[in-house]
Amino acid sequence: MTEPSASGGKLAPTGELSLDYAPAPESIAPVRLASQYGLFVGGEMLEPVRERLAPTVNPATGEVLAEVSVADAADVDRAVAAARSAWEGGWRDLPGAERAKYLYRVARLLQERAREFAVLETMDGGKPIRESRDVDVPLAAAHFFYYAGWADKLDYAFSGRRAAPVGVAAQVIPWNFPLLMAAWKLAPALACGNTAVLKPAPTTPLTALLLTEVLRDAELPAGVVNIVTGDDATGAALVSHPGVDKVAFTGSTEAGRVIGAEVAGTGKRLTLELGGKAANIVFEDAALDQVTEGIVNGIYFNGGQVCCAGSRLLVQESVADAVVGKLRRRMDTLRVGDPLDKNTDIGAINSQAQLDRIAELVASGVAEGAELYSPPCELPDRGFFHPPALFTNVSTAHRIAREEIFGPVLSVLTFRTAAEAVAKANNTPYGLSAGIWTEKGSRILWMADQMQAGVVWANTFNRFDPASPFGGYRESGYGREGGRSGLLPYVGLVA
Amino acid sequence: MSDLLAVGVPAHTADAVAGVRITPVDAVGLEQRAAALCTRSIKSSSKQAALDLAIRVMDLTTLEGADTAARVQALCARARRPDAGDWSVPPVAAVCVYPELAPVAVDALAGSSVAVASVAGGFPAGLAPLESRLAEIAWAVAAGAGEVDIVLNRSAFLSGRYQQAYDEIVAAKQACGSAHLKVILETGELGAYDQIRRASMLAMVAGADFIKTSTGKIGASSTPATALCMAEAIRDMAEQTGRVVGLKLAGGIRTAKQAWHYQVIVGETLGLGWLTPERFRLGASSLLNDVLMQRAKLRDGRYQRREDFSVD
Repeated sequence: MTEPSASGGKLAPTGELSLDYAPAPESIAPVRLASQYGLFVGGEMLEPVRERLAPTVNPATGEVLAEVSVADAADVDRAVAAARSAWEGGWRDLPGAERAKYLYRVARLLQERAREFAVLETMDGGKPIRESRDVDVPLAAAHFFYYAGWADKLDYAFSGRRAAPVGVAAQVIPWNFPLLMAAWKLAPALACGNTAVLKPAPTTPLTALLLTEVLRDAELPAGVVNIVTGDDATGAALVSHPGVDKVAFTGSTEAGRVIGAEVAGTGKRLTLELGGKAANIVFEDAALDQVTEGIVNGIYFNGGQVCCAGSRLLVQESVADAVVGKLRRRMDTLRVGDPLDKNTDIGAINSQAQLDRIAELVASGVAEGAELYSPPCELPDRGFFHPPALFTNVSTAHRIAREEIFGPVLSVLTFRTAAEAVAKANNTPYGLSAGIWTEKGSRILWMADQMQAGVVWANTFNRFDPASPFGGYRESGYGREGGRSGLLPYVGLVA
Repeated sequence: MSDLLAVGVPAHTADAVAGVRITPVDAVGLEQRAAALCTRSIKSSSKQAALDLAIRVMDLTTLEGADTAARVQALCARARRPDAGDWSVPPVAAVCVYPELAPVAVDALAGSSVAVASVAGGFPAGLAPLESRLAEIAWAVAAGAGEVDIVLNRSAFLSGRYQQAYDEIVAAKQACGSAHLKVILETGELGAYDQIRRASMLAMVAGADFIKTSTGKIGASSTPATALCMAEAIRDMAEQTGRVVGLKLAGGIRTAKQAWHYQVIVGETLGLGWLTPERFRLGASSLLNDVLMQRAKLRDGRYQRREDFSVD
């Protein structure tokens, strides 16, 4: 905003004061890293093989944190065999209450070591410590607690039918919420009596590897969870392995398509949680100051590297200028920088490749005629950082309005009527999430009904709870995680 | 304008006519944001500035039926020089008293930068006849008060007589003459953030130089969320009309840390330009000693005893 003129001589600003927040770095002391990591198979950490190691770097500094193993087809074979033998060797027949005992232990151990997990998550992935501390790790523990509760109640989950475990689950997870996605995948699988082979993303394997300590401390039977780090080939070997009964994947739509084709006709169950291009829809009667916070949380949370990010802002024309004005002003106060600093709002982009992709799409937005705003902010001189960006004058045909950017880039479009908002919101191949901002309850219900999206938030955004199902429509995938619905992919229903 | 503020009329309609938008407030989002702002941590090099600011914006207050001239004189002495042992401590912004004691404060503060603020207008309920409330304001100003703290007529506001509530503030502003008018909303009695926002706008459009949270006479007092809610209203006012209105937070502010949280809320919402005594006040009585104690700790590296600081 422009500095308003004082109404009298008395009100002119005087003394200079800066809100000079302390650099408040979270201590990395709780984290002890090995220089090399092997695979976790059959309850043992295998010795790393020197020839097959890949570095994982801290995206905020570019420094190598550790080297992790790249599992090949033979390693995957061993891991699947270990999972199979653990399943047949007793896990599937264990009473639900017994399985629950392990899951509760894992949840509590995660809470006890929350700080360590949060710091490591931030070091390996670049997300602000505020988020890993307040969102990722507590939610991961909450998922284990939640599904531990279901383990001995499966007979009552689906009326009149009994829920039987499926077998060995192959689970491939992305780099944006490494520990949380591991929890989303492992907790329901184990609660339902399955065993699992989990493959973390190449750039963020460390919290999954730290999780192996928790699994061992929880005395989880050997082979119930196996963790194979590696690259895309590792993932491909895992999902196509004939010994796998169920495939769960979270990641890009392109990779999801490949996996879908690979799994087709094999009889394996498949759930896919893929990309998104969510509409965040603001009506003129909404609480505009809280809307502003919601938009910021929707697109700049985890630097926009969120599949359900509210990357398309649809705002009613009558308040468009007001909202964009508030938004720009708020963006000016966002603090970009060291993810380990407790005052940081936007941390590092996960990798150079992702940063390049964001930059390329931002350039396309400018080239196609949209108007770019980024607040003046000093980026660290090393590591992968991107300032928060806002595009106005965006048309629905622009690439930035159609393609998933997976970065801190927001496109603003306007609408006049609710029908136009619905048409624009659904005009995307994706359908993962949507946000509706209005003080009118009936409009929330009507709009939610019209949205072709798996998750609809009203007067909030990016809120997660283990009891609430999450998943997409169309190119955002299929299957649900979370809640009772999240049990379905991991059980066979028998009479 | 005030008819359009009536319940049931969409806020944006009032906005279009009054020229000032009254946007609704979402309680969950507001409280989340306020809580997030209260997690900011402060650099020790700016701690001194923050503590000094807390003193410079302080309205040192005594509003007891048992107040005496001597007590007010002692308060004024502390206001001029909060720490007798440390001359670098700045004076507070104002001393706030009942009208009867305003002349005492005026004498005691003569020649200093400290302003005399007087509550008036039937404080704290504001339910005396309008004529007597206006007369009390005029009396306080004539006695030398440079700032007058009045209360919003909650009876009128909460029953939807917005025009009356508005007109009374306009009249109070007139009675103030050149004195600054602070309008206390008594947020703890308004029942909803939406109402706080609406009352803020009404008071500002009617001519308040400051809007203020609480009288300190009821249990509920200033909270981070109410401060944020009012700061957002002030921001809208400034953005839409160019008029600068100050924010005074009062009631329950006892620690330096709370004062710091309020500075963050105001600074991040309204900009650093608002962190001056002309635009920002903290009404408090026991806050000063905690700030002085923290300041001495910063200076000496150790905490002093409570007994080392004077009590009022």
